[in-house]
Amino acid sequence: MLARLFRGGTREIFDFPGGIHPPEHKSESNTTPILPGPLPSQLILPLNMHIGAPARPLVQVGDKVLKGQHLAEGNGAVSAPVHAPTSGTVVAIGPRPIQHPSGMDAPCLVLEPDGEDRWGDRAPLDDPFALSPGELLERIAEAGIVGLGGAGFPTSVKVSLGDHQRVRELIINGVECEPFITADDRLMRERAADIVQGIQVLQYLLNPERTLLGIEDNKPEAAAALRAAAVGADIDVRVVPTKYPSGGEKQLIQLLTGKEVGSGGLPIQVGVVCQNVGTAYALKRALFDGEPLISRITTVTGDAVARPGNYEILLGTPVAELLQHAGVDQTRLQRLVLGGPMMGFTLHNPAIPLVKTSNCLIAASTDLLPEPEPEQACIRCGACADACPASLLPQQLYWYAKNDDLERAQQQNLMDCIECGACAYVCPSHIPLVQYYRYAKGEIRIQAAERAKADRARERFEARQARVEKEQAEKEARRRARQQANRAPAPAGDNATALKQTSLDASKAYKAAVKAAKEAETRDDPDLARYQAEVEKRKTAADRAKAAVRDAGKAAPPSTDAHPKAEADLKKQVADASAAYKSALREAKAALAEEREDAATLQSRAETLKAEADRLKATLRDARAGQPASAPTAAPDPVEELKKAVAEASSAYKAAVKATKEAEQNEADDVARLRAEADRLKAKADELKQQLRDAKAAAPATPKTAPPPPAAAASPTPTEPASGGGQESESDEEAAKRQKRLNALKTAYKMAHKQYKEAHSALDRARRDGAVDLAAMEARVEKLKAKADHTRDALDALMDETKASLLAHTGKDLKTLKLDAARAETALRDKSDELKRLRDTADEDTLKRLTSELGTLEHDAHLARRALKQALEEHGLAEE
Amino acid sequence: MTTILIAIAALLALAAVFGAALGFASEKFKVEGDPIVDQIDALLPQTQCGQCGHPGCRPYAEAIANGEEHNRCPPGGEVTVEALAELLGREVLPLDDDGSEDATVKKVAYIREDECIGCTKCIQACPVDAIVGAAKLMHTVIVDECTGCDLCVEPCPVDCIDMVPVAPTLGTWTWQRPAGAGQSPEQRIDVVNL
Repeated sequence: MLARLFRGGTREIFDFPGGIHPPEHKSESNTTPILPGPLPSQLILPLNMHIGAPARPLVQVGDKVLKGQHLAEGNGAVSAPVHAPTSGTVVAIGPRPIQHPSGMDAPCLVLEPDGEDRWGDRAPLDDPFALSPGELLERIAEAGIVGLGGAGFPTSVKVSLGDHQRVRELIINGVECEPFITADDRLMRERAADIVQGIQVLQYLLNPERTLLGIEDNKPEAAAALRAAAVGADIDVRVVPTKYPSGGEKQLIQLLTGKEVGSGGLPIQVGVVCQNVGTAYALKRALFDGEPLISRITTVTGDAVARPGNYEILLGTPVAELLQHAGVDQTRLQRLVLGGPMMGFTLHNPAIPLVKTSNCLIAASTDLLPEPEPEQACIRCGACADACPASLLPQQLYWYAKNDDLERAQQQNLMDCIECGACAYVCPSHIPLVQYYRYAKGEIRIQAAERAKADRARERFEARQARVEKEQAEKEARRRARQQANRAPAPAGDNATALKQTSLDASKAYKAAVKAAKEAETRDDPDLARYQAEVEKRKTAADRAKAAVRDAGKAAPPSTDAHPKAEADLKKQVADASAAYKSALREAKAALAEEREDAATLQSRAETLKAEADRLKATLRDARAGQPASAPTAAPDPVEELKKAVAEASSAYKAAVKATKEAEQNEADDVARLRAEADRLKAKADELKQQLRDAKAAAPATPKTAPPPPAAAASPTPTEPASGGGQESESDEEAAKRQKRLNALKTAYKMAHKQYKEAHSALDRARRDGAVDLAAMEARVEKLKAKADHTRDALDALMDETKASLLAHTGKDLKTLKLDAARAETALRDKSDELKRLRDTADEDTLKRLTSELGTLEHDAHLARRALKQALEEHGLAEE
Repeated sequence: MTTILIAIAALLALAAVFGAALGFASEKFKVEGDPIVDQIDALLPQTQCGQCGHPGCRPYAEAIANGEEHNRCPPGGEVTVEALAELLGREVLPLDDDGSEDATVKKVAYIREDECIGCTKCIQACPVDAIVGAAKLMHTVIVDECTGCDLCVEPCPVDCIDMVPVAPTLGTWTWQRPAGAGQSPEQRIDVVNL
């Protein structure tokens, strides 16, 4: 180690594990200079001579093209264009067999040379370094240059660095370690200066800290030529010991820098970019001479050709024509190999073309390349593991690949195998290990592709499922809406039963869904969310059905108004309607709290229900107001009526205020409307309160006339004076005191009366049952009755007092009553005038609305008039 | 006596502590969903063909998790049966298909576009939305998305849909597995020194 250090760090050569020393067979082809290849009768140019997307043809069949002309352009980020290797005519664009181990066809351009070899436009650069790296990269991409070492990766992509990438070492690969191949050897010997120029372009593009050029020590002439050419250039030519596969990218990096590229990694991750000498030469030709990549140097060797050597062939030259050119002896040609013997593959169809990555063609007899011996069982000698340059365990990989245990093969880093063939070369059992690995790699790739496709299919299936469900839900909602719309005008009685049934069904379904969801919850079903959504849906449906039933019930009543029991019905309806409204409001609030989408809808529904309830209340009021008129005997106390009206109005006002507040909170757009409504209601409530006050002042006698039996009806009356605010002139204290006493008395009386009633009915029952000890009970009833009477007397006395105090202030109240009556009359007159005016012009709805408003006003006026009259009578002022 | 009480108290204390810890952990690290269904679903080929009698691969995965037999997926073939058997620790069952077709041959739907009348029936039948078209306009199959489930063949009123085998391309081609011991692997190139 110390010795190595002292030898000087920069001259150091490292080592990589494994490796073999196969027979080199280089001397057959490296003794003759590079010869021009043949001009074939047809050039077959596959659109995919590189790694990446196939090029897109730019020419049509029949087009005359010049040498170097663009025939196809790169298609996508990783792709390379195709140029015409010579002038001629495009005779076909279509599938042809290509150089692929599968022997399959691929799209190709077929060019028939015209023999003139006429160049098209060339744009040679005198000084490529004057261009920016970006422009140079564009030119390199345009020239169709790909890695000529064998892989064919587009060079422009390989030398475009990301922002964060920094190249420490640029490595030029002149190792050419595979037996038989001498193309780079001859190129380096004969065209070293051109290679150095190409390397300088790479240096300009990548700006590496140092440039290393590796050559195996079996090519001393090439090393010498490059050293001579590299004088003055910043290129460190390093001779490495001959060992296969030192020309592998990762192995050469390890050999020259000691850095190991990680599993699945790229050289740039350790700050290295590796390029082949052939690529450097192509760069020089493309930039300095303006010639795109249309030819390459290919070794033709083997004992079946008369003139083995290196030929500068036009891309697309068919194998057969090159063999012919090299003087093939068909009788001796038993094995035809494209590429080297270690990594190449045997060819069966000599019609296939040579492309950018074809570096060697071996035409051999079986003396040189014998038929492979039969595979034998693995003897577990471990020689393969010693030979593996990637430090893998070929034997393990073999077992896994053979048994299709792809997962474990991947665990053993099968994908890091570089398929160099060293293991198969040393295998004493002649096991074609590399083919096992290639097979396993292919299977892994297929599986990955299938998994990706399955995932996509799953995604699409689920998306479709969701879409279909949504569509169905929407359809269902529309259907229901339609049904409801149809049902609304129909008489409620007809389908009330059906509706109830629907509602029942819906709630049943909802309950079932809840149950299912609960079950799902207990067994940790992954579809819990779906179940919950289902529950939600069912609940909505059930609610909707219930609402429908309610609506139907509500819609029916107005027609029954005329019946004798109209009021009871109305009361029920009002109760129903307010219940519906309240539940709707609750729902809307809940929706708001949860920020559900349907909050607005629910709110508007609540709004509608409220309006409905109000309308019903008004009807009820009308009915009540109408009844006393028709049946004066049962005429209820006007004060009580007024009180009810006040209560209704103020509750309506409160509801309106609440709605307004809510609307404000939610920033609804109809806040203004709601506020106006609230104001209107308030005004009405105030007006009514005023009326009530006046009426009360006028009506003190009423409670006295009919107090005990309808106690509930009579007793609230005295409570009003204080809340009605009619005691302005009285001292607040006195009023409050009296109020308190009144309330207490009222409660006491109520309790006493109730007790008495209960005792009385108990006595009745006992009498019926023939009980014996009736005396005690009778005594109790008597006692209770006395108590109730006593309380009532006290209450009456207090009421008289209140009445008296009220009387003292009637003057003002009377005036207000008069005003109210006048106001109501005026409003009535105005409205009826408007109605008259509009009778001919306005549409039916407006008229209906006006009529109903008129009715309300009429009623108001009637009430006001009556209140006034009563007050006057009470005060003995009727004559006025 | 005291010793026993102390021991009981200590054990109770320990039980309380560990019980609390376990209770906390079971809440905190609660596993959402049913992982086994996901695992089964991942092994199924997602053709959504319904040949197993379920409307899609996931419902079948759920059914398998609930005890249904795992050999009812013809598109998945023996490989899927084996993988499921290994996952579930069940026996490898022979594939339950009608044997009419070789499921290993991948197929995709192909619409003879001249004959298509644009009825959209196949579009509605396709479980993965791999058919494009509109009413009274020609439909066509997105080959890359087609799972080969053949659910679109049946609804077609003019029988213009064929299931065609997918031809291998250069992209999908792979090396064959060597024949094994005793055979000469043809692709092997031995080099000798002359």
